[in-house]
Amino acid sequence: MSDTETFSYLCIGCPLGCRLEVDADPAGDVVEVRGFSCRKGKTYAVQEHTDPRRLVTTTVAIDGARWPRLPVRTTGEVPKALVTEVCRALRGVRVSAPVRLGQVIVADVLGTGRDVIATCDAPAAART
Amino acid sequence: MIDARPHVLHDHYDVVVAGGGPAGLGAALAAREAGAERVLVVDRETEAGGILLQCIHAGFGLHHFGEELTGPEYAQRVLEAALDGGVDVLTDAYLLDVGADRAVKLLSGEHGVATLDTRAAVLAMGARERTRSAIRIPGERPAGVFTAGLAQRLVNLHGVLPGRRVAILGSGDIGLIMARRLTLEGVEVAGVFELLPHANGLTRNVVQCLHDFDIPLHLSTTVIGIDGRDRVERVTVAPVDDHRRPLPDRAWDVACDTLLVSVGLIPENELSRQLRLRLDPVTQGPVVTSAMETSRDGVFACGNVVHIHDLVDFVSAEATLAGHHAGLFAAGRHPRADNVRLQPATNVAYCVPHTISTEREHTVYLRVRNPLERCVLRLSTPDGVVVHERKLRYVVPPEMVNLRLRPAVLADFHGDALQVEVLAR
Repeated sequence: MSDTETFSYLCIGCPLGCRLEVDADPAGDVVEVRGFSCRKGKTYAVQEHTDPRRLVTTTVAIDGARWPRLPVRTTGEVPKALVTEVCRALRGVRVSAPVRLGQVIVADVLGTGRDVIATCDAPAAART
Repeated sequence: MIDARPHVLHDHYDVVVAGGGPAGLGAALAAREAGAERVLVVDRETEAGGILLQCIHAGFGLHHFGEELTGPEYAQRVLEAALDGGVDVLTDAYLLDVGADRAVKLLSGEHGVATLDTRAAVLAMGARERTRSAIRIPGERPAGVFTAGLAQRLVNLHGVLPGRRVAILGSGDIGLIMARRLTLEGVEVAGVFELLPHANGLTRNVVQCLHDFDIPLHLSTTVIGIDGRDRVERVTVAPVDDHRRPLPDRAWDVACDTLLVSVGLIPENELSRQLRLRLDPVTQGPVVTSAMETSRDGVFACGNVVHIHDLVDFVSAEATLAGHHAGLFAAGRHPRADNVRLQPATNVAYCVPHTISTEREHTVYLRVRNPLERCVLRLSTPDGVVVHERKLRYVVPPEMVNLRLRPAVLADFHGDALQVEVLAR
């Protein structure tokens, strides 16, 4: 077991914030999880170690709406390592009002299989 | 957003609601559902939805809608539900006064000064942020000092970045969320500084907003000075001792052009004070009954104007209660009186509602002063007889405790006051 490495995570399941420890072998496979006080914590530790994912919420530029920015999100979680790149990719995106809640702004962003969709209606309107 | 402005303003309403955020919209819908014919929501912004419109992150709605939504999605749902339910929404308007005879005075961009009468009113004005002045940070007064919520509005609605290198004072959820938001927009976040020895926001936000981006969180540390002539050039931070007094000899400078202050919210109660409602000195919001009625008959209140909630879902639940009773009041059905006062005691900062009835079921919201693990929530008579106990795995100040109280629990209690405590087991 001497060739395992220990990684630390902070559980987000509840405000207890358990300090989780994951032992992984050189291939990256989880050997043991410690520090959790419920099943949720154990599952989270394995997920966070092997394939951490995040929902991305940001904004894109919009013309002809009340505000100059339109809030958007990914339709599901994307690999954590791609969060910053997704935001960077959306920096050049510009749409025009009207836009409806749920409307796809960018399909299959960065090949993640997730779309970027509008999170509110943005009717054509005079700028506030 | 849908055009929410009514084209006609009537002389009479059954219920008038001050504030078009999730609290006001939820209360208005509940009032309609309780039978009120004409319900008007008055909001000072150009669109209803409240602060949720700028909270573009996810994490809302798990309790209320059973799915995770972003702020704008939650806002649009409650607005559509209210409009579909027949609620009138007047934006770009201020509710100036509710007279003793319930004559309501408005100032509206479209209608000018208008007076109308109502049978019941609901106060749902929300909260505003504590500022630099509220916590008296000494130093220069250059540009570049913002509250975190203002910065959020600038970034998410106006598309304007507040600066290039930012320090954040306070680890409440808005501060943490803004640390991530600014990082994703290419702004450098020098660090988050928290006076208390523990983070004030959800663990989830500490992990996903700070750890994910290697942003340092300095606990038991505060800002003791701001330098800069026209624009912030640096802030001075220092650790604090056990009594939260800064230790200047261990201070250091943080170069930055912007300081965000995320140090809590204050219920916005100018109107409540003007109406001379009884206020709770701890929540700084109105004292309310179990029907969310204030000290004035027919004036109800809900949401952050009553106490600061950590989840909008609980605001919606409270709004439904307030609106329901406002609707009934408008129909001449006054809420039944409560018969028990709740008295916050050991480790309990406050309880809402302030009074309950032994005959009905209630959800009591309370906030603790200090974190505890393996503890017990205890209701007892003022002379110490235990009436009810509930074991809790943990309590932390950022997370409101919900206590569901059924009449059976109080069946053998015949007093008029209950102490509420949270103690170690």
